Amino acid sequence: MKNTILRAGVAAMVAFASTAALAWEPTKTVEFIVPAGTGGGADQMARVVQSVIAKHNLMKQSVVVINKSGGAGAEGFLDVKGSKGDPHKIIITLSNLFTTPLATGVPFNWRDLTPVQMLALDQFVLWVNAATPYKSAKEYIEAAKKAGGKMKMAGTGSKQEDQIITAAIEQKTGAKFIYIPFKGGGDVAVQLVGKHVDSTVNNPIEAVAQWRAGTLRPLCVFDPKRMPYTAKVTEKMSWGDIPTCREGGLDVDYLMLRGIFMPSDVTPEQVNFYVELFKKVRATSEWKDLMERGAFNQTALSGKEYADWVAREEARHVALMKSAGFIAGSK
Amino acid sequence: MDELQSLAHGFAVALSLKNIALMFVGVVLGVIIGVLPGLGGANGVAILLPLTFGMAQLPGGTTSAIILLSCIYWGALFGGAITSILFNIPGEPWSVATTFDGYPLAQKGRAGEALAAAFTSSFVGAFVAVIVITFLSPVVAKFALEFGPPEFFSVYLLTFCAFIGMSKEPPFKTLASMMLGFALAAVGTDPVTGTLRLTFGSMHLLTGFDFLVAVIGLFGIGEILLTLEEGLAFKGTSAKLNLKVVIETWKELPKYWLTSIRSSAVGCFMGIVPGGATPASFMSYGVARRFSPDGDKFGTGMVEGVVAPETAAHAAGTSALLPMITLGVPGSPTAAVLLGGLLIWGLQPGPLLFIEQKDFVWGLIASMYLGNIAGLIVVLTCVPLFAAILRVPFSVIAPVILVICAIGAYTVHNAMFDVWMMVVFGVLGYLFKKLQYPLAPLVLAIVLGDRAESSFRQAMLMSQGEVSVFFSNTLVGSITTLALVLLAWPLVTWAVKRVRGD
Repeated sequence: MKNTILRAGVAAMVAFASTAALAWEPTKTVEFIVPAGTGGGADQMARVVQSVIAKHNLMKQSVVVINKSGGAGAEGFLDVKGSKGDPHKIIITLSNLFTTPLATGVPFNWRDLTPVQMLALDQFVLWVNAATPYKSAKEYIEAAKKAGGKMKMAGTGSKQEDQIITAAIEQKTGAKFIYIPFKGGGDVAVQLVGKHVDSTVNNPIEAVAQWRAGTLRPLCVFDPKRMPYTAKVTEKMSWGDIPTCREGGLDVDYLMLRGIFMPSDVTPEQVNFYVELFKKVRATSEWKDLMERGAFNQTALSGKEYADWVAREEARHVALMKSAGFIAGSK
Repeated sequence: MDELQSLAHGFAVALSLKNIALMFVGVVLGVIIGVLPGLGGANGVAILLPLTFGMAQLPGGTTSAIILLSCIYWGALFGGAITSILFNIPGEPWSVATTFDGYPLAQKGRAGEALAAAFTSSFVGAFVAVIVITFLSPVVAKFALEFGPPEFFSVYLLTFCAFIGMSKEPPFKTLASMMLGFALAAVGTDPVTGTLRLTFGSMHLLTGFDFLVAVIGLFGIGEILLTLEEGLAFKGTSAKLNLKVVIETWKELPKYWLTSIRSSAVGCFMGIVPGGATPASFMSYGVARRFSPDGDKFGTGMVEGVVAPETAAHAAGTSALLPMITLGVPGSPTAAVLLGGLLIWGLQPGPLLFIEQKDFVWGLIASMYLGNIAGLIVVLTCVPLFAAILRVPFSVIAPVILVICAIGAYTVHNAMFDVWMMVVFGVLGYLFKKLQYPLAPLVLAIVLGDRAESSFRQAMLMSQGEVSVFFSNTLVGSITTLALVLLAWPLVTWAVKRVRGD
């Protein structure tokens, strides 16, 4: 009898202690929205996060990944926007957080959501076919100018990151490209290998296989700093050996946000739970492997710094897209 | 014969007790996924993908993981045919063409035969494709690189033309049906400018009309409405319920060897290109109808009309894994998810995979042989079981089908709106049947409309508006010409008859 009371007392204390330590935690399955299709970069990242959380028991409740790719991701963002105060819903963003509302006029903005955590930034590299003579960004841009707007740039999606980079290159250098949108990064890389187009701005992970096979050549990376990965990827080169576009005289940089947002009207404790959760996720070896394989820029911000970063990026997207004529209703 | 040696090594990798058990688990799961409309191979594999991450970290685990996932894929390919034949509801896009003759067969009480023919031809198609992958992968991978936007468009054009030119329906009804399909396919996001179109300000229409929702409604709900009208009974109740039907069907199948070869070729081509299993099945059905001596009877319940699309779909579904492995370009939505799986496990699909990950690649190829044999065993032994479903009274099974259809439509985008759309499509399907408009061209246009449009507009961007780009080299020129010939075929035969007759 005494024993039972003691046990009940201990149980109550343990329960109290754990609620005190973790002010808030999910009480049901967390929906992890991906505003893009299955198999793409954001989807892969979400599924790695899901498996890491499950494998290391980082959370009592489980995570379920849901793809809502309609209307260039508008479907996913509108879902989260409409779920005010729901702490069991998170969304991973691509650049379509900025580009989709601007290009389509669908009414949402990152301010309709609560910024949680920047996970990483995705790199972009200027690629050409290895059989072409261009060895540097400068040579290629010169050739594009000479060709008088006949060079073809392939990219993923329309009025999204790849086309914005292309427009930024055009604005800075005066060279003109024919931009051709494809559905996925893998298609884009293969179109370049097959010489159906002249260049791409694929993410590293989308083109690395062809680079290693010697069919594609990287000219420069659109990051102000070189990538920090020094392990050899091909026989001679590492990601760190690719010059920045600035070094090569092409003054354009662009990084794509891979960040987490929640619906609006959630409490600071709820946001904090996810910030801590992702801190643990980023410390796992699985996550580090993913970062290295995709040559990601591992900047990871949260709180006000993150919100400020997002606001700056938004302003930049508005400016870039306005001058390129990509804003809905403007032309 | 390096390949044979590597393949033998692959069998050694794949043939462990654990891997064989995984194969059967995968196939059974896949069949269930294939049967449930809406869930689909891609979603099914995506849901199960996280399960494999732990698995992939053990030694040799990546091979086990891909065996499990690819067997789910084979299972889904097999399973898609089941509901097409029994209820006229295609579980997967590539089984739409199977309904054309499979369902009439079931109505005549020959469901067992239709199922056995479907499964066996699926197996034959897959087997041919695996052999192609085993021995020709380097050559074939290079061929896929030849395909730019103009080539892709010409392939889609070929599919449409093969289907129209081979159709028995009045041409204007076919055309009207197809144009409606194109209009529906255009709703949503414009693939080239990225702006929204035909959404009329409705957020529900952002995603456009998903093919699966349309098909579940047009075929499934439409069929139930018709059955209601005709007196609440399935016509297939007299289906034979023993395994003898399999043997009897096998005796009949060798007659269709030519159709099998043609369909396998169409399937492999479409899988490698990668156009996908759905266009392959439609094209193969259309071609078989034209060239078979019994072509006129297609659509009334011909075994050959089941053999053609199933062989091609499975050949394409299997060979679609080749561009995925060698180029990193998925030939189907399911292959796209598998590709994501490879990347997460730390494998980099691409030309070097064959060199650096020999065990994995050849283990996978060996598992394609074994997985398909496992699949065939599983589905064939279940033929009587599946056919027995038709003996359940309509008043019991119809509500079940309705619920499954509704869940299927909901699963596609997790949206209630799609369930209502399914009902609307159901009524549309019923009206089409009553007014004798063909449904197939509508479905074909919804499936391939946006892909054909993207390729066409990409090609136009590249050529700066020159239509001659579709004849700019031998490859694209010959495909386009073939397409136009097939389109004009009825006119040609008609003209020949007139000349001879006079």
